[in-house]
Amino acid sequence: MTQLALVIDLNVCVGCHACVTNCKQWNTSGAAGALTDCNPYEAEPNGTFFNRVQTFEVGQYPKTETVHFPKSCLHCEDPACVPVCPTGASYKRKSDGIVLVDYDKCIGCKYCSWACPYGVREFDEQRKVMTKCTLCVDRIYDMSLPEDRRKPSCVLACPPGARLFGDVHDPESEVSVAIRERGGYTLMPEANTKPANHYLPRRKTTVTVRDEELYRSDNPHKIDGAPFDKNLPPTHEELN
Amino acid sequence: MRPAFSVLLLTTLIGAAQGLFIALFLCELLAPSAATPTLLVGGSVIVLLLSGLGLLASFFHLGHPERAWRSMMMWRTSWLSREVIALPAFMAAAFAYGVAHWLALGHTLLIGVIGVVLSITLFICTGMIYAAVKVLKEWAHPLTLVNFSLLGCASGMTLAAAYASFVAPTLTAPLAQAAFVLTALGLLTRGAALVRNAKLSPASTLQTAIGIRHPHIVQKAQGAMGGSYNTREFFHGKSVGFVRAIVPAFLVLSFALPLLLVLTLPLLAFILQYAGLLAERWYFFAEAKHPQNLYYQGNS
Amino acid sequence: MCACRCGIKVHLRDGEVRYIEGNPDHPLNKGVICAKGGSGIMKQYSPARLTKPLRRKAGTERGENQFEEISWDETFDILEKRLSHLRATDPKKFALFTGRDQMQALTGMFARQFGTPNYAAHGGFCSVNMAAGMIYTIGGSFWEFGGPDLERAKVFYMIGTAEDHHSNPLKSAIGDFKRNGGRFVAINPVRSGYAAIADEWIPIKPGTDGALILAIIREIIALGLYDRDFLARYTNSGQLVNQDESSKEFGMMMRNPEGDKINPLRPHNFYWWDRHTNHAVDDHAKHADPALFGSFIMPDGTPVKPAFQLLKERVADCTPEWAASITGIDAETIKRIAHEMGITARDQKIELPIPWTDWWGEEHETVTGNPVAFHAMRGLAAHSNGFQTIRSLAILMSLLGTIDRPGGFRHKAPYPRAIPPNARPPKGPEAVQPNTPLNGAPLGWPESPDDLFVDAEGKPVRLDKAFSWEHPLSAHGLMHNAITNAWRGDPYPIDTLLLFMANMAWNSSMNTSEVRKMLVDKHPDGGYKIPFIVVCDAFQSETTAFADLILPDTTYLERHDCMSMLDRPISEFDGPVDAVRIPVVAPKGDCKPFQEVLVELGGRLKLPAFTDAAGGRKFKNYPDFVVNYETAPGSGIGFLTGWRGKDGDKAMRGEPNPKQWEMYEKNGCFFQYHLPPSSQYMRNWNKEYMEWAQQAGMRRDNDPVIIHIYSEILQGFRLAAEGKRAGKQPPDELRKRVATYFDPLPFWYAPLEDDQSDLKKYPLNALTQRPMAMYHSWDSQNAWLRQIHTYNYLYVNSQTASDAGIADGGWMWVESQWGKVRCLCRYSEAVEPGTVWTWNAIGKSAGAWNLTGDANESKQGFLLNHLISEELGANADGKRFSNSDPITGQAAWYDVRVRIYPAEASEAEESSPQFETLNPVPGMEARNMGWQAWFAGSKKKGGA
Ligand SMILES: Nc1nc2c(c(=O)[nH]1)N[C@H]1C(S)=C(S)[C@@H](COP(=O)(O)OP(=O)(O)OC[C@H]3O[C@@H](n4cnc5c(=O)[nH]c(N)nc54)[C@H](O)[C@@H]3O)O[C@H]1N2
Ligand SMILES: Nc1nc2c(c(=O)[nH]1)N[C@H]1C(S)=C(S)[C@@H](COP(=O)(O)OP(=O)(O)OC[C@H]3O[C@@H](n4cnc5c(=O)[nH]c(N)nc54)[C@H](O)[C@@H]3O)O[C@H]1N2
Ligand code: SF4
Ligand code: SF4
Ligand code: SF4
Ligand code: SF4
Ligand code: SF4
Ligand SMILES: [Mo]
Repeated sequence: MTQLALVIDLNVCVGCHACVTNCKQWNTSGAAGALTDCNPYEAEPNGTFFNRVQTFEVGQYPKTETVHFPKSCLHCEDPACVPVCPTGASYKRKSDGIVLVDYDKCIGCKYCSWACPYGVREFDEQRKVMTKCTLCVDRIYDMSLPEDRRKPSCVLACPPGARLFGDVHDPESEVSVAIRERGGYTLMPEANTKPANHYLPRRKTTVTVRDEELYRSDNPHKIDGAPFDKNLPPTHEELN
Repeated sequence: MRPAFSVLLLTTLIGAAQGLFIALFLCELLAPSAATPTLLVGGSVIVLLLSGLGLLASFFHLGHPERAWRSMMMWRTSWLSREVIALPAFMAAAFAYGVAHWLALGHTLLIGVIGVVLSITLFICTGMIYAAVKVLKEWAHPLTLVNFSLLGCASGMTLAAAYASFVAPTLTAPLAQAAFVLTALGLLTRGAALVRNAKLSPASTLQTAIGIRHPHIVQKAQGAMGGSYNTREFFHGKSVGFVRAIVPAFLVLSFALPLLLVLTLPLLAFILQYAGLLAERWYFFAEAKHPQNLYYQGNS
Repeated sequence: MCACRCGIKVHLRDGEVRYIEGNPDHPLNKGVICAKGGSGIMKQYSPARLTKPLRRKAGTERGENQFEEISWDETFDILEKRLSHLRATDPKKFALFTGRDQMQALTGMFARQFGTPNYAAHGGFCSVNMAAGMIYTIGGSFWEFGGPDLERAKVFYMIGTAEDHHSNPLKSAIGDFKRNGGRFVAINPVRSGYAAIADEWIPIKPGTDGALILAIIREIIALGLYDRDFLARYTNSGQLVNQDESSKEFGMMMRNPEGDKINPLRPHNFYWWDRHTNHAVDDHAKHADPALFGSFIMPDGTPVKPAFQLLKERVADCTPEWAASITGIDAETIKRIAHEMGITARDQKIELPIPWTDWWGEEHETVTGNPVAFHAMRGLAAHSNGFQTIRSLAILMSLLGTIDRPGGFRHKAPYPRAIPPNARPPKGPEAVQPNTPLNGAPLGWPESPDDLFVDAEGKPVRLDKAFSWEHPLSAHGLMHNAITNAWRGDPYPIDTLLLFMANMAWNSSMNTSEVRKMLVDKHPDGGYKIPFIVVCDAFQSETTAFADLILPDTTYLERHDCMSMLDRPISEFDGPVDAVRIPVVAPKGDCKPFQEVLVELGGRLKLPAFTDAAGGRKFKNYPDFVVNYETAPGSGIGFLTGWRGKDGDKAMRGEPNPKQWEMYEKNGCFFQYHLPPSSQYMRNWNKEYMEWAQQAGMRRDNDPVIIHIYSEILQGFRLAAEGKRAGKQPPDELRKRVATYFDPLPFWYAPLEDDQSDLKKYPLNALTQRPMAMYHSWDSQNAWLRQIHTYNYLYVNSQTASDAGIADGGWMWVESQWGKVRCLCRYSEAVEPGTVWTWNAIGKSAGAWNLTGDANESKQGFLLNHLISEELGANADGKRFSNSDPITGQAAWYDVRVRIYPAEASEAEESSPQFETLNPVPGMEARNMGWQAWFAGSKKKGGA
């Protein structure tokens, strides 16, 4: 069984919001559109977006991490939003695990959004239907696109490549490998929705310099003379 | 959660209607002679009126009321869907019950039993709509069901007493006594829910929400400074003080005063109780802390 | 191509823009696109679009924003009349300043042809320190001219960069770099954007990086972690410097009159002290190896020292402890990162099997590199000590042996260029003559005091005082002083100011509130101090309100454009790349590309380059101009390098090709030239590359570009200031200033404003950063982007803020000695305690950009620029200098000192200052109120 999903690499997400607006432009002009904007040129502008990038500060100065955190529907394997929907407008596709809303069936009761723990469903105030990330279903199967462009709009846009897309049930897929090898995790596991989307944590690369590495026998001081002390320090090799 | 007025009206109105219906049925069953057709027919009309108003209010909650019929489709999984079936069914039973009494068609007890079963089913559906939202710990508990049922019955019974005081005075006292008992019970169970909820600790934290284990995490941006659906739907938007003040208000209005008044001034008791239940329902929503709010805490 | 330079593909439906995606084949962004690029639709269809030429209504005052529509014919008549008169009388009374202009090749040429020296683009207030500091040191620079080779680097230090010109490619490169396990260190007072994902964040006090870098240099020298072979051969470290203090040549390189005459215009006739023979020899003499340390006596008795010895002496006192006290970074950390850099450079050498030949004929079997990469931008540049700080950085990079080598810094064509590049500014007032083009471009790179653009008394000739003794190396001009100088009539009043693509009444001016007054200020006789202001913009900005004439420009989706090799192309490390934009939709209303305006005006004013032999207009339109213009008749060099020659079979150079645009379009709108691997590295000294570059017209000469560890050029200015040098002399009152800052060796001094500020009263630094999802001031009109940044907070370290009694989310004042601003406070743990910062240019003037007057941008948003002065306080003589680097004239945006305090509870809950609400101007579409939804091809735009 296929379960398509996004894997978001927090290790390289710079919080640029490219995924946010590119999602918006693809979906507003596409099958999921149009996504309304309220007060577009007035006070308190707001609107329907399927994907948002949030920012958190973790830790206290100077040991602070600034974490940019993109969030869209996680296409849960056990989606809380689906069984509660009274109309069947919310459904999970058997074929690929994508959770979708059928706008023609949705009555706009918002019940699904109450059930979802993640705050990723957005009620479109103009169309009066519930909306959310579609995993760009109208793009990823479009055979008129070259194969490497059959990916969600947000994934294609992301400059540092922080968004991976693929089948998390296929152990060989890029996303599964990334989850396995880089500690991929899901959000709020306690909600038992089994999100398909995963997040990859920050990693730190450090360089350790050992004292004996500092001064070696091929040191140019052997040619130039030691600059600040008259006496050349002995090299590690000489000491041994 | 943000209390939507349409939902407050819906749940309180149909709750009272269901309670009233049960009261009517009990009158017929236990005091057939005192339960005049005026009481039962008029009562049924009130039941229909209240549930009709509730139904109407519920439409205001929908983005697409014209498609409301679709919401019956998923009765296998969705309590909301079940409610949507149960409510008209209950109304149909109440209608039949009223008509049967009006036109003296007989089978009223049978219709009454069906109506009562539907009423209870509807209580379960309505309660379960909330109790089934697992992420809202304040709701996901049998007490939610119990409270919806008991408070509905209590207000319905109070209303029955009030109505009886006009059309069937002999029944006023027993009905008021029943209302007293139900209200007292409601106070107990609602109190229990308050106590329970006050002690709840959230299952989800900012740490599990973003998957970073660190004691100091502060949100700096939500990704949308002008707000979004998620910043509106899940917040009551009122101050902490206001929310706190609602609790004594609804305790007094829905319980204390009706207990004091129901035996003497049942109509006033009902009006106060109903107003109190609106406040109670408001608080029911406002008290529920949705974990999605973990993602919407700070902005810049 | 998108607004800044990425390649895009625009999908239309029923003639309307439906989807804009990154062009996967484009060398710059390789298919990715940013938040702004992905919101292009909302720019294109913004209600702030100007669509009609507008004239200030007769009888209204400037700034009242009252306009009437006029025709283009009338517009051109007004301009022609006014400008031809100025050109015939005093061309410098016409000033053309352009902001985020990407066609300086054309705008600069127009100014030159007109004959006015008063031309500059954003460089002076942007990052000229970066360009100059590095170009005067290594012949190339960060910015569009070069960058870090993150594909091969192992460690990467990013200093003072938030978003960058090269934003998408840099993000992609950092992503790959981190995935490959590279170590990324960010040195920045703030942790945001790129720095957020750094492996280590080193918070630093603003304006102190020079001290940090000098301490690292000291540590590298002290431990012998410098790349000696590289320094000896490819830098001037071994060249001998005259140490005879009594000599007029003190501090200059010793030169051998009989020595190597590689290039008579720029002789390479230096000495080394050969450590094998212990004698002075010609530099790069066969078998010789220069001593880097020591002190020697020349045969003629002159005491000399190798340049590197002087650097060593310079940094001797720059200990990590010294730097710690200035930067706020502890000494251990400074040492640790110095060691990290040095050891990685030394022990993780890269060797590529690419044979190449250096300039002196030595053949190398491999290209080697040290995988330590740096990147820096305005965090270093936008301080008044930026030039010397950036020079320190370039020197550190050279010490580590990382210049144009794999894993380090790599040049991008047309760089490397000579130090300095060969274009010189005009030399004196006589260069400006009625009805005559300037004899050179208005901007250039002075090499000696004699290249300064001053009159006989040493006074500036340019309006912005660029290339004067106040800011001798101001290669990009000082746009930030243009308005103040014109208003004051110092050095002289002008008549017409044409602003293109610059929001000078708002975010690109310092001291914005005052500058707005200057724009409307009048002489006692009632005439405006700046008599005529023309603004060319595509949108209604804060500045258009101050125009007498508004020229509505097209957007980037509506016009032909090119990123030319003559300006700032989009070259890659492995060769030149230039690119074009092709219009995808028709111009809205009557808007007209500014290029067309210039081509038309050029014809009307009979500027030689735009006029044919018969005196008629030479070019049909801008595309025609681009195809047919050559830098000199028959040079074969024009705006574009691809598909030249009659049939389009030549690259770089060749006759005009009438089908050039089509050929670009077919190739995804760019032209990429891949150099052979043997020419891709060590280009400063790569014989094959230099010969090719000269032949391709990118360089005048083919001589090697030796890195200036020691800057003889700076010393030349210092000698002039000390009266030891014949030729142009600074006015006496400037001698000390020039002598102080033109130090041939890098040094750190506190930003100039510190000396003038009561640091007890104003203890904090205030900065801005670019948000990744906004382009300066002009994205608030964008219905999508403004939902992300709707207004701005001042970020203050939580401790600092609570000590000041300011609440998180509360209203507060931030005040400098120049002005004060009321704004909202946001606590942050990601900022150094002595720094406060906000996003750049989110705050707006009410009503601008066709937003309603109550929009959050103006009520809660604020502009920090009100706090920053365009001039420093008066010195003892009452003289006010520009608030700029004393060497380059770079605007010192980030020097300002402030204090903070809570706003009173009784105060209005809105930002301050507020300005009168602007009304929409004629020709602008009514804005959708209530709601709108974009569904291309079938408009569903709402009303309330
Ligand atoms: N406080 C503070 N101030 C700063 C800076 C800072 O860091 N801090 N940074 C400085 C720097 S580096 C820069 S470069 C400047 C930038 O400052 P500006 O050059 O003023 O830049 P923008 O605000 O991007 O845009 C200028 C104008 O170009 C217009 N425009 C956009 N597209 C087009 C077009 O296609 N044609 C025409 N004709 N006009 C167009 C916009 O509408 C806008 O009015 O700001 C400087 N100001
Ligand atoms: N999205 C977006 N991209 C842009 C632009 C835009 O407006 N929006 N503008 C473009 C333009 S015109 C330019 S010039 C570039 C500029 O790109 P950047 O050079 O990245 O410009 P800034 O945003 O000014 O970032 C300056 C950084 O330096 C830090 N800083 C300030 N002072 C110091 C200091 O003394 N030391 C150190 N180490 N750091 C310091 C600040 O905290 C900030 O992070 O961006 C370009 N790209
Ligand atoms: S994230 Fe929410 S909306 Fe998406 S599938 Fe899971 S429960 Fe449903
Ligand atoms: S809002 Fe629409 S999708 Fe959600 S539960 Fe109601 S009908 Fe289903
Ligand atoms: S997958 Fe498509 S719909 Fe989902 S967030 Fe990405 S772009 Fe938006
Ligand atoms: S586009 Fe990529 S880097 Fe940018 S915010 Fe989205 S996930 Fe992060
Ligand atoms: S970085 Fe600039 S050119 Fe590139 S996509 Fe973004 S706005 Fe367009
Ligand atoms: Mo800039």
